[in-house]
Amino acid sequence: MALDRWIGLILLGLFLAYGYAAWFTMDGELAPFMRRNPIWPSTFPKVLSVLGILFALIILSGFEKGEVKIGDIDYRRLGDYHLVPALLLLGLMAAYALLLRPAGFLFSTSAFLIAGAVILGERRWFLMIIVAAIATGVVWYLVQVVLGIYLRPLPGFLGG
Amino acid sequence: MIDGILIGLQTALSIQNILMVIGGCLIGTFIGMLPGLGPMSIISIMIPVAISMGDPAAALILLAGVYYGAIFGGSTSSILLNAPGVAGTVATSFDGYPMARQGKAGKALTIAAIASFAGGTIGAVLLMIFAPMLSSVALLFHSAEYFALMVVGLSAIAAFAGTGQVAKAILMTLLGLIMATVGEGALFNMPRFTMGLMDLQSGFGFITLAMAMFALPEALFLVLNPARSAQGDNGEIKDMRITRAEARSIAPVIGRQSLQGFFIGVLPGAGATIASFLGYAVERNIAPKHEQDEFGKGSIKGLAAPETANNAACTGSFVPLLTLGIPGSGTTAILLGALIALNVTPGPRLMLDDPQIFWAVIISMYIGNLVLLVLNLPLIPYIAKILAVPRTFLIPFILFFTLMGAYIGQNNATELLLLVGFGICATVLRFADYPLAPLLIGFILGGMMENNFSRSMQLYDGISFVWERPMTMGLLAIAALLVILPSYRAQRARARAAGVADGD
Repeated sequence: MALDRWIGLILLGLFLAYGYAAWFTMDGELAPFMRRNPIWPSTFPKVLSVLGILFALIILSGFEKGEVKIGDIDYRRLGDYHLVPALLLLGLMAAYALLLRPAGFLFSTSAFLIAGAVILGERRWFLMIIVAAIATGVVWYLVQVVLGIYLRPLPGFLGG
Repeated sequence: MIDGILIGLQTALSIQNILMVIGGCLIGTFIGMLPGLGPMSIISIMIPVAISMGDPAAALILLAGVYYGAIFGGSTSSILLNAPGVAGTVATSFDGYPMARQGKAGKALTIAAIASFAGGTIGAVLLMIFAPMLSSVALLFHSAEYFALMVVGLSAIAAFAGTGQVAKAILMTLLGLIMATVGEGALFNMPRFTMGLMDLQSGFGFITLAMAMFALPEALFLVLNPARSAQGDNGEIKDMRITRAEARSIAPVIGRQSLQGFFIGVLPGAGATIASFLGYAVERNIAPKHEQDEFGKGSIKGLAAPETANNAACTGSFVPLLTLGIPGSGTTAILLGALIALNVTPGPRLMLDDPQIFWAVIISMYIGNLVLLVLNLPLIPYIAKILAVPRTFLIPFILFFTLMGAYIGQNNATELLLLVGFGICATVLRFADYPLAPLLIGFILGGMMENNFSRSMQLYDGISFVWERPMTMGLLAIAALLVILPSYRAQRARARAAGVADGD
């Protein structure tokens, strides 16, 4: 089974779970006076779940078979591509998400920019540090001082 | 009307106000380039500055400059980085980004600037002529028609976005629609599908999803296949100029989309987003066969259509604001707030009581568009240089800006984890050739669509609005045709191809 039909299967499961919630569990919490309304919070989701299940089945059945096209990246040969840096960058983004608040904006952002460049093979350390420091400072100044959106600059233990 | 134009010119052409337009356009363009800060947020940031000036005409002129600048800035990041920061510029990235990858970034930005200019200027002319008449037409559209209009929009996108695979595109649209139902809706005060998570209470953020669908998979593809970035621009801005033949081919597109975009923009709530998507879908559908295949691969028509339509629609959205006092979009709602703070009440009396404000706004739209063109055309080679940054620096920065965009919008670190998660899902979906644009469009329109659906259900006490309102029924019939025709045609073509093979 090709990848697109596997995804069709996963989406079918998703729509089934969504439909189950819409048809069977959501209406239980509805206040009695709202039951007289012609429209319930679950009405629109019910329609969507039926349509979603229908179209997921169409894809699964292979009814609408297009020619097999190989896009920009052929997933069957994923090992031939630079998979490791891509996964490392995703991990780095997740780490940034978790560290942004506790470690402060200035530290986590410069670390993110430097680590990202290192993962991609950059080795000019001096340039990297300068670029990361300037970019972090400029963005922080723009967002915090000019736009007035609060970004904690320093780690909590430094009073940031 | 001539008197009005003269008053407007007199107000708008003072040195102070011209400086306001220039400043506004520059601020708007540069901040608008950062994904996550759309016109709405930039205008709300500028409101305190505008109000402190005290002069309503100057304040509005500044804000109009910021507005147009922000829309152009948003197109820039869509074209260069495939990172649309605003819903209205998502369609711009469909053809703008492929053009940038073919080394035509300069040309793409020039076309975007000219299309925006033409859309905005023609829109302003139409605004002058039609404003009084259109306000009454816009009131004829009820929630039932809005709902049907959105169904048409979504079917048009699904029918044309998928490469002949309508079912996949529709499934993606539905996925976007169910994502829009997560969180607390406007009409029902209860959280839905949040799985008990507090962070999902307000639903998924638009910026998060837009970044996860477009910018993040693109950046990952660049990492996976470094040759991909080498295929594109190497920093040289080749042929920025538009040839005569190209100008001739986009001129009718600009003309059509200025009109269509303007009239869609007039409908309150429809706005630039629907105008740009519908504009793209319509132009793709009416283009000759060989040009149709170009769409999505760097067609200049596919870039000019949404750019013209969204600017014309922005101008159109001023019609209900200035004539009825009803803001048609989020941005005009903020402008309404600014006007009220400046002691001006928009509405039917505005044109009679404060003609200098009404006309100054319209004239400042022309000037804003003109200044934008004059400022941006010389800047384009420098803006396009972004692509010449080495990939070891460019990719971490793209990732950083996607993260910042999602964070600034919601101020919530969980949003960043969602971004990474959705980004991975989007990459896998792209591997399997599922179109991602319908998902995002479904998500954007989902909330509005459900609200209008619910309102009509309440008004008609059931589903009867579908057959009791002829306009709704007509629109829904068009939507059904849009879905059925392409799949029927594809089936027949396949059957015929199979038959030929058998005969051989």
